Amino acid sequence: MIEHEHSKCRSLLGSLSDFVDGTLGEELCEAIERHVAECQNCHVVVDTLRKTISLYHESAAEAGEVPVAVRERLFRTLNLDDYIRH
Amino acid sequence: MSENKTEISVEALRAGDREEFSRLVDTYSGPIYRLALKMLGIPTDAEDVLQNTFLKAFQHLKEFEGRSSLSTWLYRIASNEALMLLRKHRPEITLSDAAPEDDDNSDYSPAQFTDWCCLPEDEFLSSESQAALDRAVQHLPETQRIVFVLRDIEGLSIQETSEALNLSETAVKTRLLRARLRLREELSTYYGERLDKRSKE
Repeated sequence: MIEHEHSKCRSLLGSLSDFVDGTLGEELCEAIERHVAECQNCHVVVDTLRKTISLYHESAAEAGEVPVAVRERLFRTLNLDDYIRH
Repeated sequence: MSENKTEISVEALRAGDREEFSRLVDTYSGPIYRLALKMLGIPTDAEDVLQNTFLKAFQHLKEFEGRSSLSTWLYRIASNEALMLLRKHRPEITLSDAAPEDDDNSDYSPAQFTDWCCLPEDEFLSSESQAALDRAVQHLPETQRIVFVLRDIEGLSIQETSEALNLSETAVKTRLLRARLRLREELSTYYGERLDKRSKE
């Protein structure tokens, strides 16, 4: 692996969220891309951070239904009994 | 949070239209329940948050001014309810902008550099994997957890998250980054072990 200044890795850490969200300014974005291309560890961090976020996005898409019994109790608590069977 | 096919009418809600309120409940109860479950990890607690959120929403509908969207307003109530329940168990939790954790940079440098992205897709789809994801969220400090759940699970923007939590966008971004980095570390441990196991099989 090419030896490089690891203080750079730390200084880029603060911009990582914006980088993976695609909301980072062009200049900083290019700086990170250049750094990641030559720093294997940072490359892994960026890839696994992206994967982490996408796994949670996917898990949210699958869940999100209220169990039938929970919905019924909710409707009764709110005095919405007439609308339980919609 | 996905909006219903037809917009919920705030005017009808304010006028006390029960049917419209039931539509509001059906539209948003799924996401609110999920948020509560991710925050608290216990279904009965999540149900309490769900019920209290809509009870409070009903009580305070007249005060809803439409400055934020209806969904952001509901998320705000739900977030407060979830944090309040957590505070009952752990009274020291606060959600102010100046939470001490925001000044602490020491714990967030990545320490794990295993590339586990190459694991086969079925590894990520297993129920064991889902449990590991949920467990990791539960291990986040509450003030980071609520930001992560709103932004990365419920899909709110930074601005909506900051409105829902009454926090500055800078504070939201700081907490989000820390939450994401922490989760990456924990998932790297879990999936790193899975990678090892597979290579030995």
